[in-house]
Amino acid sequence: MALDDIYKEVILDHYKSPRNKRELPGAELQRSANNPLCGDEITVFAHVDGDTVAAVTFQGAGCSISQSSASMMTEAVSGVSVDDARRLAGEFRGMMAGEVEPDEQEFGDLVALKGVVKYPIRIKCAVLAWDVLQDALESAAGSAGGTQPHRV
Amino acid sequence: MDVAKVRADFPILEREINGHPLVYLDSAATSQRPNQVIDAEADFYRHHNANAHRGLYQLGEEATELFEGARAKLAGFVDAPSAATIVFTRGTTESMNLVAHGWARKFLREGDEILITEMEHHSNIVPWQMAAAATGATLRYVPLTDDGMLDLSDLSSLLTERTKLLSVTGMSNALGTITPLPQLVEAAHAVGALVAVDGAQLVPHHRVSVTELDCDFLAISGHKMLGPTASGGLYAKPEILEAMDPMFGGGEMIREVFHDHATWNDVPYKFEAGTMQIGQQVGLGAAIEYLEALGMDEVRAHEEEITRYALDRLIDCGATVYGPKDAAERGGAVSFWHKEVHPHDLATILNEQGVAIRAGHHCAQLVMRRFGVAATARASFYVYNTKEEVDALIDALAAAEEIFTF
Repeated sequence: MALDDIYKEVILDHYKSPRNKRELPGAELQRSANNPLCGDEITVFAHVDGDTVAAVTFQGAGCSISQSSASMMTEAVSGVSVDDARRLAGEFRGMMAGEVEPDEQEFGDLVALKGVVKYPIRIKCAVLAWDVLQDALESAAGSAGGTQPHRV
Repeated sequence: MDVAKVRADFPILEREINGHPLVYLDSAATSQRPNQVIDAEADFYRHHNANAHRGLYQLGEEATELFEGARAKLAGFVDAPSAATIVFTRGTTESMNLVAHGWARKFLREGDEILITEMEHHSNIVPWQMAAAATGATLRYVPLTDDGMLDLSDLSSLLTERTKLLSVTGMSNALGTITPLPQLVEAAHAVGALVAVDGAQLVPHHRVSVTELDCDFLAISGHKMLGPTASGGLYAKPEILEAMDPMFGGGEMIREVFHDHATWNDVPYKFEAGTMQIGQQVGLGAAIEYLEALGMDEVRAHEEEITRYALDRLIDCGATVYGPKDAAERGGAVSFWHKEVHPHDLATILNEQGVAIRAGHHCAQLVMRRFGVAATARASFYVYNTKEEVDALIDALAAAEEIFTF
């Protein structure tokens, strides 16, 4: 193992300069989760317009993997259809389980997180934001919004 | 203490991790075991294994003798008046739960108070929350000072005639702080409260005499003091053990069973339902012999020396250390945050250099919240650690800093 596998430049870049790290005024979807073991926290704000994820932002604190993954996620799913966002979340989780070979075109920067697979204990850091996004999108599909307490 | 000689007893220290010698700095989570302990447990299974207190044959007698011999060693180690004051448990968590079930649920009423501190490990918080919910008793907390000590300035309003139990750690796993137990026991007894001491971190590193301290309960973890996992015990004063209810029903803990009720075995056996962790407790006996051969004063002196060195070096290199900065007031569990590097990233990077530290909330979320952090990195030391290993930690911190400089 080499640290270059996990601490790639693109990951550190998203960690140092997170994209879309802000609240989203008027977002109808907002979900939070934390990883009680390490204290990573992520809140995802999303605005869905019809079938499209019009905008996604996040707030949070935690390690470089959890925060860079959230940052990359906001870029990857903003402007795509709800179905595509869900599919990407599933594929991302598949990549982190070592089961899905990522499509570099579709994954973009997210490919960088592939190296985390070699660090099993850190995988949950990488998927935290995606869990929250999926939770938010499911809440939109079901009842209309409302917030729920932190998942543990 | 000859640390090189000590290290030679620990086979795991020969391991390499990622091409570097293992630098194990997580003994506050669990210690490593010397050959003497590994061999004692293996010897039990190879030559003496049978159930204790049951077999009317030679192996059964040998197993019983070894198991009870370990109890006597543990009693002697904490200066308990007799082996019968030691209940074997899987460790501190089970011990505290036994007090919460067997004593607190039986004797606490609405209006009674349990006093603990914000420094406690979750295993000395949650059992009391559960006992308070079951009995209607109220749980109160001693706050912490900014330097990670117990804030006792308002103790007289927290510790009153309503307080029935003070449960406190002897040494914080998250801050390293050594608490003023003699003063706390005296103050609690003055208002008629009993005192339970969480000895998970204290007992492995310090000479503890329950007789001198006069505490009512002492919870002990064997796996943090060179013993096998699931070894340990609860000391309690004899009259308290007599009054307590058992937590588990089953074999060995009974005297007679009828259709509608059962009567209990003598203490401590009434608390030991089912087949116990015999091999592990026998291993704990060997761990105690090992520590006693080193001498607990030597063990503490080594801890203080290496902790002082680690504190100096960590602070020198710009790390923020939580808890007391004077090694004389603390144990060898040193929580810190190194500049901008998140503890989880730090632990991953350090592992590449073979350095094993803990990162997280250390099962002490109240401490983390008190100091406004979600997690810390923690290095902790024991009899086998050297200053060179502290140096390896500091070197690895520099590597982490390089990756995360921005």
